[in-house]
Amino acid sequence: MCIGIPGQIVALHEQHSDHAWAEVCGLRREVNIALVCGDSREALLGSWVLIHVGFALARLNEQEAQETLAALHAMEELEADVALFLAGER
Amino acid sequence: MTAQTVTMAHGSGGRAMQQMIERMFLQAFDNPWLNEREDGARLSLADFTRQGDRLAFSTDSYVIDPIFFPGGNIGKLAVCGTANDLAVCGAIPTYLSCGFILEEGLPLDDLQSIVSAMAQTAQQAGIAIVTGDTKVVQRGAADKIFINTAGIGAIPTAVKWAASTVQPGDKILVSGTLGDHGATILNLREQLGMDLDVQSDCAVLAPLIAPLRLLPGVHALRDATRGGVNAVLHEFAGASGLGISIEENALPVKPAVRGICELLGLEALNFANEGKLVLAVSARAEQQVLSVLRNHPLGADAVTIGEMTANPQVCLRGALGVSRQLMLPHAEPLPRIC
Amino acid sequence: MRFVDEFRDPALAKKLLERLNQQATRLPFTAEKPMRIMEVCGGHTHAIFKFGLDKLLPPPLEFIHGPGCPVCVLPMGRIDACCEIAARPDVIFCTFGDALRVPGKQGSLLQARERGADVRVVYSPLDALKLARENPGRQVVFFALGFETTMPVTAVTLQQAKRQRLGNFSVFCQHISLMPTLRSLLQQDDVRIDAFLAPGHVTMITGTAPYRFIHQQFGKPLVVSGFEPLDILQSVLMLVEQVCESGCKTENQYRRVVPEEGNLLAQRAIREVFQLAGSSEWRGLGLIEASAISLTEAYAGFDAERRFTPGTYAVADHPQARCGDVLTGRCKPHQCPLFGTACTPHNAFGALMVSSEGACAAWYQYRHQETPAEVPPGAATRVTE
Repeated sequence: MCIGIPGQIVALHEQHSDHAWAEVCGLRREVNIALVCGDSREALLGSWVLIHVGFALARLNEQEAQETLAALHAMEELEADVALFLAGER
Repeated sequence: MTAQTVTMAHGSGGRAMQQMIERMFLQAFDNPWLNEREDGARLSLADFTRQGDRLAFSTDSYVIDPIFFPGGNIGKLAVCGTANDLAVCGAIPTYLSCGFILEEGLPLDDLQSIVSAMAQTAQQAGIAIVTGDTKVVQRGAADKIFINTAGIGAIPTAVKWAASTVQPGDKILVSGTLGDHGATILNLREQLGMDLDVQSDCAVLAPLIAPLRLLPGVHALRDATRGGVNAVLHEFAGASGLGISIEENALPVKPAVRGICELLGLEALNFANEGKLVLAVSARAEQQVLSVLRNHPLGADAVTIGEMTANPQVCLRGALGVSRQLMLPHAEPLPRIC
Repeated sequence: MRFVDEFRDPALAKKLLERLNQQATRLPFTAEKPMRIMEVCGGHTHAIFKFGLDKLLPPPLEFIHGPGCPVCVLPMGRIDACCEIAARPDVIFCTFGDALRVPGKQGSLLQARERGADVRVVYSPLDALKLARENPGRQVVFFALGFETTMPVTAVTLQQAKRQRLGNFSVFCQHISLMPTLRSLLQQDDVRIDAFLAPGHVTMITGTAPYRFIHQQFGKPLVVSGFEPLDILQSVLMLVEQVCESGCKTENQYRRVVPEEGNLLAQRAIREVFQLAGSSEWRGLGLIEASAISLTEAYAGFDAERRFTPGTYAVADHPQARCGDVLTGRCKPHQCPLFGTACTPHNAFGALMVSSEGACAAWYQYRHQETPAEVPPGAATRVTE
């Protein structure tokens, strides 16, 4: 039940203001956007959300995602230095 | 578009049934044996012994729900499934029987579509449907239509495929993407409401398999149906007493099928297929078999996914290099999948 | 898959593990007495097993599985109450898939269906609402389960039901809040937990503030973690670094999804529809204060228990079953004498073996026939063979 999957909002529902279409890996599913919709639903178009049991429950912060990955990549470089250092010690 | 439906009269042996059989089945399946209109088809033994030294004989019943799905219908499936069971034995699928159990009230147009699909699929595969039977049961005693097909074909003398001949170090290949059929049906049945960019892979595999009969090093074949590739892996392991190690990264899966798996927490290895082969071949034969498979449209995505091991466990090596045991699900997650 | 595949990158995982191996040597823990990191949520348990993360951890670190399975901690008698409602001919009983096989004293919802009850699996409560609209002559009941991740979803569904004046829709409310469960766990004397991996999806709703009592009152560090392998490994690294630096705080690793304040719209919906209502019995944990969740007066009309008044069933676990111990991290699934023999997914003694979040189900699916030699160091010896 924790299963939440990132999907992209690709279309807004014509009739129901609380509903939109999200795309996950080429699958399109109708999702309820009541809990991520700020003032304008249009702003959601194209953005990524976390989907759980048919609801979008959080907007994905792409900046934070980039930063997390960047930090991990940076660690990679640091590790090379550490590995060299440790290798020197043996 | 007629509003006519199957009635009890159609199954009773009287004129209504004769007319339906004539119009629908005989016209569609049209072949000399059927046209003799005898109680059973009479087939030349000499024809068989010219082609091989054993007869492969297989049967399957088809109760899939829904009966129409993207990529086919229950009729097409009934021909493909049994033809494939024969072909993976090494046989040349030649003749089929088919028995129908029809629910009173089934629209005749639906029946016509199903029968036409069977005829077309069989004809394209060079298979003749030579004998059959029709029964009609009262509304509620069956769900629309159930079909049984049985098939025979000769096995060329040189072909000795069997799961018991599989060796440690043999490579495990699949002919294409996993789970397309299961994902399509799951989406329809559970009304997941997903526009899926995928359809059932239901197909006769005989033309893909034929060139393999001449290749040395091919040890065993299976078509992966209910239970998915996982079920076949366990069959190979059980029959040979060996284990299998599969690379998770090597499994070919269409993005939409992967999406359904991620969304619902399922594994594509367990999804049903209706047009995919799993092969165990010697390491020396691997490249040649892949090349032969990829030469055919049905095998364009063929890849090696793992190998047989001496350690008798079926394992999956994941993305991070850790191996875990692959269990069979205790029950088919989706009933009436074929 | 975007936002998924990048966080499964094996090369980055390797780097994280190298760093972890390095930092772990600075810890005041050893392979014999490892740092016990409790991952609370079933989603984490499954990811750990699926990717084999517990096998990759350096010896001074160990994962223990917590009670983060909303189905596993509910008293089995609640299933009996559900089955009673489902057996009524006018009822269509809707449930998430993983509750279908959970056993009550009289059997599971699946078995109720086999006996003729109209039990349907839904992916979302909105599907149940749709059934109610399409079947005005029937009563549609939705089995509302889950922690704070799912509560706002039920809440919005009920708000819709109210607006649409759907008289034939109701919910069997079995939601629970994670925080009282964690507090109760920390108050048990014989449970040793050194750090927490908090569930990212619960936190995307609640925000990080509700966890602060864990480091403030109990002195345990906590990191809110995502569900991909890199998320979990990075979170473990953050915990290790906290301990190495003698720090103790609540941190958020899953910042791409979890804002510090959580989802305010969701919190508002929860406040409108649900309330905390006294103490309640939880499997493995006993009675927990301020843990029962019920509907507010404004929504009480949608309460299936008020509408159908099912019986109360007190069901004790099988005497040999160690469900409670597995739920609180006192033992691992394979250390329960019933595991894999009497108790299997096909014939389960408790929810842990059939729920998609259950530790026993995860262990059975991914680890079942491994030799005892592969059990991580520090685990207690087997009770029986």
